Order: sequence, then C-alpha cells, then structure tokens
Amino acid sequence: MQVLSYLIPISLTLGAVGLVAFIYTVRSNQYDDPEGDSRRILSDEWDDHPKP
Amino acid sequence: MTAHLTPPPAACPGCLAAPINPVVDLPVDARIALSLPTIHCQGCISAVERGLNAHPGVQSARVNLTLKRAMIDADPDIRAADLVSVLDGLGYEAHELDPGTLAATQTNRAGRELLMRLAVAGFAMMNVMLLSVSVWSGATDATRDMFHWISAAIALPAIAFSAQPFFRNAWAALRVGHLNMDVPISLAIGLALATSLWETSLSGEHAYFDAALALTFFLLAGRYLDFRTRSIARSAAEELAALEVPRAIRLTDAGNEEEVAVASLSLGDLLLVRPGGRMPVDGEIVSGQSELDRSLLTGETLPVFAEPGLVVSAGEVNLTGPLTVRAIAVGQDTSLHRMADLVAIAESGRSRYTSLADRAARLYAPGVHILSALSFVGWYLWSGDMRVALNIAAAVLIITCPCALGLAVPAVTTAASGRLFRKGMLIKDSTALERLAQVDTVVFDKTGTLTAGTPDLTNLGDHNRRDLEIALALASASAHPLSVALARAARDAGVKPAEINDITEVPGYGTEGRVGNQQARLGRAAWVGADSTTQSAAWLAVGDAPPQAFLFTDALRPGAAQAVQALQAAGKEVLLMSGDTTGAVEALANRLGIAKWLAEALPEDKASRIRKMSDQGKHVLMVGDGLNDTAALTAAHVSISPASALDAARVASDIVLLGQDLTPIAEACDTARRATKRIRENFRIATVYNLIAVPLAVVGLATPLIAALAMSASSITVSLNALRLR
Repeated sequence: MQVLSYLIPISLTLGAVGLVAFIYTVRSNQYDDPEGDSRRILSDEWDDHPKP
Repeated sequence: MTAHLTPPPAACPGCLAAPINPVVDLPVDARIALSLPTIHCQGCISAVERGLNAHPGVQSARVNLTLKRAMIDADPDIRAADLVSVLDGLGYEAHELDPGTLAATQTNRAGRELLMRLAVAGFAMMNVMLLSVSVWSGATDATRDMFHWISAAIALPAIAFSAQPFFRNAWAALRVGHLNMDVPISLAIGLALATSLWETSLSGEHAYFDAALALTFFLLAGRYLDFRTRSIARSAAEELAALEVPRAIRLTDAGNEEEVAVASLSLGDLLLVRPGGRMPVDGEIVSGQSELDRSLLTGETLPVFAEPGLVVSAGEVNLTGPLTVRAIAVGQDTSLHRMADLVAIAESGRSRYTSLADRAARLYAPGVHILSALSFVGWYLWSGDMRVALNIAAAVLIITCPCALGLAVPAVTTAASGRLFRKGMLIKDSTALERLAQVDTVVFDKTGTLTAGTPDLTNLGDHNRRDLEIALALASASAHPLSVALARAARDAGVKPAEINDITEVPGYGTEGRVGNQQARLGRAAWVGADSTTQSAAWLAVGDAPPQAFLFTDALRPGAAQAVQALQAAGKEVLLMSGDTTGAVEALANRLGIAKWLAEALPEDKASRIRKMSDQGKHVLMVGDGLNDTAALTAAHVSISPASALDAARVASDIVLLGQDLTPIAEACDTARRATKRIRENFRIATVYNLIAVPLAVVGLATPLIAALAMSASSITVSLNALRLR
C-alpha cells in the first residue's frame, strides 16, 4: 500500500494541471474564434517567422 | 434600415465551442467594427486582413471568422465607409457595425464565471470519482477513511466555489418565502456534505462527496447550456441593432454640413435629411419639399406630402427631396419613447407566464422535502439512531435531486433554438418556445410584414404604348419608390423610354418634362389635376389629355402566402390587423384568403383587440414590424418581428425572423410543439428514474454507487432525448 502515497499526490497534481491549463485557455480568449483559428493554421503567411 | 437579411451566421450554436467572450480580443482601442456576412474560409481571412492592413491609416485589423466580423484599429480620420469600399473592391460584402452596441462585457463575464465553476466542479468530480471507485470496489478500514478524507478535502472547497449560484438563488427565494428548484438542490448538496463529513469522522462506510460534486457538475452544465443559448441569441440581436449606426447630418451656423451621432443632438439643431434617409429625431420641417413614408409608424402605404411647418416623427423615411428639419424632441423624448408608455401598459396586462420548469419545480420541491423529512422521522422513530436516519434522509434528497430536471429544459431549448436558428429564426426569450407551442391564433400586421414594403404596378396593360414610354422616361429620373417600381415594370414589359427634354424632379410632387411641345407630368393626383384615390397611385398627364392612373399594390413578402396557408392548415385562426386604409387591407386579405381583418387600426386598437382575444382564452401569436405594432407585440402571448423591423419592435418581440422569407413561422410553431413534447418526455424520464430509485433510498438500500448510477444515467438519457430534436 506504500504505492498509494506516491500515486494519490500524482493523480491530484495531474488533475490540477489539467484544471489550470483549462483556466489559462479560457482567460486568454482561446475560445473566441474557434472556426477562424482552425483555418488560420492553414495560412502560409507567417510560416518563416512569427507575426511581429 | 439596412436590409441586411441574411442570417448572420455569426452565432450558429453548433460552431461555438465556448462562446465566452465574443468581443474581448479586439484591439483595446478598436474603433471600427465591420460585419462580413460572406467570408467563409482561410483565403477570405487572409485577403480581408491583408487588404485592410494595406489601407493607409489602419494600424491593425483582425477577422473573427466565427462571428464573421472584423475589428479594426485605425487613425481617427479613417471612416468605416472607406474601409467598406476597400472590401467591396476585394469582392467582400461589408456592413458597418456600431462598436458601442456590441460591447457586452457584463454578460461575457457571467458566462466566463459559469464556465470556470463548471470546470472546477468537473475536475473535482473526476478526482473524487476515481477515489470513490476504489471505495466501491472494496477498500476498507484505514484506506477507506483516507480516501474519504481526501475526497472531503477536494469536495469542500470545490463545492464552496462551484455551487455558489445555487446557494445564492436558493437564499434569494427563501428570503421572500418562495420555494424554487435551487432550494432542494442547495439542501441536498449541503446535507450530503454534512452527513458525509460526519460519517467520515466516525469511519463510516458511505460518503456522498462524489454525488454532491456530480450533482453540482450536471446542474451547472444545464445552467451553462441555457446561458449559452441565450447569449448566442443576444449576440445576434446585438449585431442587428449594431447594423444601424445612428448618425445624422447637422447644419452648423456657418451653413456647413457635419456628420454627428444621433445621441449628441440637442433641441433646436437644424438637420439635413437626404432622400432615402430616416428622420433621426422628432422635428418640424423648416425648408424643402418632399414626400414621407410613414408605413413603419402607422402602417399607411400612401406617402404623405411634406412641406415646411409639418411635424415629423423619428423613424419616418424621406422619399424625394432634401429636407431641413429643426429638432423638437431628441433621444428619449421622441415618439419612440411615447410609444413606450403603451408598451408598459400592455406589459402590465400580460399575465406572467410560468415556464414548464417552474411548474415542475413548484410540484417537485415541496414533495422532495416532505419525502426526505418523512423518511428521517420514520427511521428515527423506528431505529432511534440519529446517524442512520440522517444518512437515509440525505440519500433520499440526493437521489430525488432534480439533476435530470435541471438538464431537461435547457438541453431541449438549446437543440430547438439551434434548429430554428439554422432556419433563420432567433429566439430571444427563454420561454418563447413553450409559449409558441400553445398558439392557436395568429395575427399579422400588413405593411412590412406580409408585404415587403415595395410597391408593384398592377395595371400596366391598361395603358397605351405611348403613355408607357413617356411614363418610363419620367419615372427613370426619380428615386421615388413608385417611380422605381413603374420603371422596373415598364422595362420588364419591353418598353423603351420616350425622348423627353428638360426633365426635372419637383420634390414632393413628381417629375415633369417636355415631349415635343407638350408638357408631361408624372406624380401626385392634385399636381396633375386628377382626383385622388385610396390606392397608391402615380398619375400621368400629357398635354391636355385626361390624367392616367398607374395603380400599385404592395408586393407580398416571399413565403407570405405559404405561411398563411400552412398556419391555416395547422388549424390556427389567422387574422390581419393594419393601420392602412380599408381598401388596401381588404384586397390583401382576399388575396391571401384571410377571412378576418381589421383596417385603420390605431396602435391602441391592435393591443386592445389582442387583449380581448387573450381574455377569451386564446393564445395569440402577433407578427408585426412597425412602431404601431409595438404595444400589440407586447400584449400578445408570443410575438415575432422581421429583422427589417424598427428597433423598438424587435426589442418588444420574443422571436426575430432573420430572413426575408415568412415560411419559417409555420415550421417554428411545429418545432416549438415538438420541443415542448420533448420537455414533457424528459420530465417523465426523470420521474421514472426517481420512481425506481426513491423506494430504494427510503428503505435504506441506496448506496453512493446507486446514487451515482441513477444520476448519471438519467442525465445522459435526458440529454440524448433532447438531441433527437436537431
């Protein structure tokens, strides 16, 4: 049962990482234009270097 | 009004994964917003952004494909019209939007908050469920206790954060002595946490932390769906309002023209209203002659002659000559505002509709409490053990908790609204669908609703070729709606314009010119020396010959005849109420096969008629677009207005029709009826689950595992049932 003392913190940490990542995406407006963002990736306009 | 009648696909419910905040990513000082209804692909995004960014003075432009909008940050001297023409040159249709109307930070914050709570509840639920699975599959003694304590440590803060909306609503209801759906929810969550903590501290077997979290999660999902449906409707309605950028041309003391926002006008300002323009304020004509189209305000189709001294109301359309108007009422004092009094009266008369969900809650909430209290008392008396009794009471509350009931309505309304949105209808009110399902009487307005508001020539064949040629030549010189219709009809019939010299348009009267050595006039009856008619007509007089009348009727809106037929076939009574003259209304009623009609109705007449029908127990659907319909729209059980309607009418109605076509109305009634049927079905499904699980809970056989199964199974069944509607 010793393994529980590793596994439980690990599972909780992974859950927390997921939650924090989701909150980050919401806060940085990544769901504002889902359709546009899925198409923008096809553009070759800023392929060589990022948009300044 | 801008006739932008393609449904702005901006807000299609399906394509927004999470429409948290449609306007937040604009450049901070965005000045110009453009609606781009035709963009659809990556190529369009690149072309539009490149085109706009290349325009001198534009600092940055970003396209939002989901909302089909471009937000542009530019120097102060750049005007939206310049950018619209840039995009026109690239082959994209663009309309200016009023950025002020689009800003809706309040609602966005609410949606984002709800999504955060949903996320916290979801992640906490997953973790606790994982721990619970090991308890269910046989963890014992110290291991079980440790799992319970960890669950408690996750569940308590997560619920304290996520379930706040329920606690707040329940408290608000209890404070005024009401019971709503949130009271049993809060009680169930609270009691589940309390008994579970108690059990855990006594190393008990059953803890309901997972159930409390799952409950919060499913209920929040229902709330979020509901919120999303409404925010999509709101954002599309906002876009309609933002399409009308309120501007006026003010004449300065020096006699120069300047374009200003309507909001900044003050009393006594002199305003120039060009032909085709709408009166921005109530005022008095100072100079100029023209004709005014009052159809949006009164329903009359005959234009009114305008000359200095005439008092005009905001919303009337100037037809032929430029007018200078002195503002006598601005902003909230205009006739729009006076109409608001009528609306207020109608609103107070409207019996407040109780939604199906509220009615279910009213039956359900007391029942749940009584059942739970009875099982507590029963078990306490029988076993004398407080702990057992409390545990069973909590189990009953959790199992009966309206988890599926909370999803039953939002899931169906989301599916139905999405379906109707694709057909071009915008559901603005959350109970509009339920009310639409009950409709048995439909009242149509005439001008602008059943008719398109554009005239059609009816007696082309009555005139000889020579007259037609002269009429065509004279009509081509004017932008008056009757002239435009006459010219179009004549050209379609293959008529070539006659040679006419010295054509001049006399604003307010008509056009005149010389054919050889005879004078020819096309215009108002009195001007050419004829008797006026009740029907819309333009008169042609050539030399001394008796004047000839060109008669017009209003063109039907596409789908008007089909909509009326479909509604009648569905067994609904169809009525026509209009402020127009008896002749015009009767003609249209006969053409569409409507037996009951009312002409020359004042706004109060319309509203009181509808109230009278409601008193007779009828459920009236009002379809109208004008200011004179506003009170009637509010008085009716449910109301629809086309997108071309005045802002005030759109605000007063529950549903907005985005396209030109009227056929979706009949279909909408059908969809609404099926949606209501699904909602009732969902209630029944939820009840069946309760009927199976509640006896188990009352006799003390319910375990946290059974609670979790019942809850998830009923929520999923209800959601799937709702999806059948798409």
